Amino acid sequence: MSSIDLTLKIWRQKNNDSLGDFETYILRDISTDMSFLEMIDVLNEQLTREGKDPVAFDHDCREGICGMCGAVVDGVAHGPDRETTLCQLHMRKFKSGDTIVIEPFRSIAFPIKKDLMVDRSALDRIIQAGGYVSVNTGGTVDGNSIPIGTETAELAMDAAACIGCGACVASCPNSAAMLFTGAKISQLSLLPQGLPERKERARSMVAQMDKEGFGYCSNEKECEAVCPKGISIRNIARMNREFLRSLLLGE
Amino acid sequence: MELNSRIPSGPLAEKWDSHRFQSKLVNPANRRKFRIIVVGTGLAGASAAATLAELGYKVDAFCLHDSPRRAHSIAAQGGINAAKNYQNDGDSVFRLFYDTIKGGDFRAREANVYRLAQVSTEIIDQCVAQGVPFAREYGGTLANRSFGGAQVSRTFYARGQTGQQLLLGAYSALSRQINSGGVSMYNRREMMDVVIVDGRARGIVVRNMITGAIESHSADAVLLCTGGYGNAYFLSTNAMASNVTAAWRACKRGAAFANPSFVQIHPTCIPVHGDYQSKLTLMSESLRNDGRVWVPKNKEDKRPPAQIPEEDRDYYLESKYPSFGNLVPRDVASRNAKEQCDLGKGVGSTGLAVYLDFGDAIKRDGEDVILRKYGNLFQMYEKITDSNPMVEPMMIYPAVHYTMGGLWVDYNLMTTVPGLFALGECNFSDHGANRLGASALMQGLADGYFVISTSIGNYFGSETISPVSSTDPAFKEVENDVDTRLQKLLQNSSGGPAGKVTVDDVHKEVGRLLWDNCGMSRNRQGLEHALEELPKIRDKFWSSVYVPGAGEDINQSLEKAGRVADFLEFGEFMIRDALSREESCGCHLREESQTEENEALRDDDNYSHVSVWEFKGDDQAPEMHKEPLVFENVTPSQRSYK
Repeated sequence: MSSIDLTLKIWRQKNNDSLGDFETYILRDISTDMSFLEMIDVLNEQLTREGKDPVAFDHDCREGICGMCGAVVDGVAHGPDRETTLCQLHMRKFKSGDTIVIEPFRSIAFPIKKDLMVDRSALDRIIQAGGYVSVNTGGTVDGNSIPIGTETAELAMDAAACIGCGACVASCPNSAAMLFTGAKISQLSLLPQGLPERKERARSMVAQMDKEGFGYCSNEKECEAVCPKGISIRNIARMNREFLRSLLLGE
Repeated sequence: MELNSRIPSGPLAEKWDSHRFQSKLVNPANRRKFRIIVVGTGLAGASAAATLAELGYKVDAFCLHDSPRRAHSIAAQGGINAAKNYQNDGDSVFRLFYDTIKGGDFRAREANVYRLAQVSTEIIDQCVAQGVPFAREYGGTLANRSFGGAQVSRTFYARGQTGQQLLLGAYSALSRQINSGGVSMYNRREMMDVVIVDGRARGIVVRNMITGAIESHSADAVLLCTGGYGNAYFLSTNAMASNVTAAWRACKRGAAFANPSFVQIHPTCIPVHGDYQSKLTLMSESLRNDGRVWVPKNKEDKRPPAQIPEEDRDYYLESKYPSFGNLVPRDVASRNAKEQCDLGKGVGSTGLAVYLDFGDAIKRDGEDVILRKYGNLFQMYEKITDSNPMVEPMMIYPAVHYTMGGLWVDYNLMTTVPGLFALGECNFSDHGANRLGASALMQGLADGYFVISTSIGNYFGSETISPVSSTDPAFKEVENDVDTRLQKLLQNSSGGPAGKVTVDDVHKEVGRLLWDNCGMSRNRQGLEHALEELPKIRDKFWSSVYVPGAGEDINQSLEKAGRVADFLEFGEFMIRDALSREESCGCHLREESQTEENEALRDDDNYSHVSVWEFKGDDQAPEMHKEPLVFENVTPSQRSYK
């Protein structure tokens, strides 16, 4: 274990109505075994002891699965480590003397709440528009009566692994949520359980995406590059096919 | 305090059926007249909210995250048990029931556990229907694996992300109900208190975590699905925001708390490596299916693991428990790791770790097979520790993981406060003194999808509940209490931080006190010491904690302070409970009560009961009541995994 000294430039913003700016902080003796969020914990303890306002940031499980954390680090959503959430990024990826720039996930659909905290409820509303199989509790058939080949099950699982963090949106020049939406549409269109509603689902989820102000995919592939779960943009292609299919086949 | 467990009469296998028949129903057209509050949107909360809304009730759901999909159920890795017997390996409802009762060291209710085993099969069907991508065999059928402490393969899984996939299934059902208007979803609200009117739970007071506003919400019943209290120890595998506040506030308003000292310490976690550490990370127990646990035979042996030959290694679980080997239940595995480290045979820089070695499994099955099974876990381990388990053995150490204790509930999941229900980890009902692997997901979903709908119908159908609105004086009174408490937490903020302590300082101190004295092994002296020390830490907190900022804004320090304040009060329940139970059972090892082989020694003559604690006032000791445990279908035996 070794320790490093860092300069942090962090976006500070009181709320969505006020203007924000970068503040600079110096941190010394940061253990390289620390996670990135533990490094911010150390900063926040330091700020608290100095009587200053700690940096607000969303986080919870710190195991890379809840999707609560996320910030743009040196221009990259979730930072420099591939397929890694911010909480699983460790300080051994940085060198002593580095200046690290930390900003919130920016998108017109993600209003800033405070500092690095943003409102991602637009993603919830996309799921609410149709990201489910309409089945009530009870009265379902035996699990084994719906056989699903391993290849299909694996593809569905690849898509279902999305943690809803919003990094795809933050990294897209068009602020598109198509990787997020495509992942859910793919999961449910690959599985037999999702087929009865596939037309309606594709249409309503895409319509909700538009309504929230998200943009469209222009094949930059930035979303795939930052996705902490390695979700492939093939899911966007699958969504486009599902959407087209629902338009062609009509009501 | 009257404790009526309301266990239905009749043979074990018919209890749930006859209970459903005897329970009152609410006419479908009348259901929309009832409003139900659900606090928490983990497996129990999301499944309950969705299911009750599907039935036609009006549901208000609350979570403290920015989205209901973030609850900590999402982090469960290994799997979910169900008595499907798909593998034809001798599983049955009775066997799952028996394993769970035995695993819990005969400190759970027979009737509840049997019902859990019965509905387990329906859970799988429900989740499959929702599109949960469970692992499949080549023929397309559902795959199973055996999991910690079970000799049959009954665990269903979705890679190492079973909790995530099940939660997203429940979240999708919830989202569908939000879309149709059946559920009103309130994100970023933290429950501050429960409101009791005429002896019934009639609503909650929450803090809007964005605006700081204190809001009242009224209803006809309140469901707490707020998880466990492992974060009392500061370091645990729980998410950072997991807390006891909702359950503890309910307890202070009259809901009794059962077995608060029953805390599961999970054997396979990444060891602690520094003071700055904010949480511990669990490595799925499924790793023990292929990994072999060992330490050097000689405690002076400081060679790197690869240089220690077979004959100098002590595979202590395999030699001590030949029939279960590395798959002994969690409490046994944890205690043995601690024992090896206490003997000085621990490894790593702190000496508080043991090896979990995949060398033999890689030789036997090949790298591909092992990577396919555990790749994502290995990746996570490497990210955190910078060491690759394919090359050198993992290092693991036990960590606080799950709390079997919780709000006392009857067979209907109702607490001692009428109209207040507790579901999932937040109640005490099914796991006794130790929970088996892959059973937490099963219980959360059993409560939410299949049990609560019967209970709610019966409650509304058999009681006359008069209308109450959130403008009722009872709500105003609780709002004032909440406000006073928040102001008290902020009392030092104007004076600046000089000479003060931070919330984390105090949380670490109380965590250490509980870990040292009310952790993996307990004794009278240590517990009495902790009982003396805890009030001192509490006094320090209230006199000198510095919480920056104000209440009318996003203030994460204030949120944390409120939760720690509650851990400081609740901790006393944990210690008192551990002190009063002068036997060992499951997770609860009293050093005074051990077999000659250092296994937990139960005392069924004196302690075959649930310890139920009633809050009596801030300056008074709580009162303990006993709910006797009656075993009619199994005979409590000394657990043996040899």
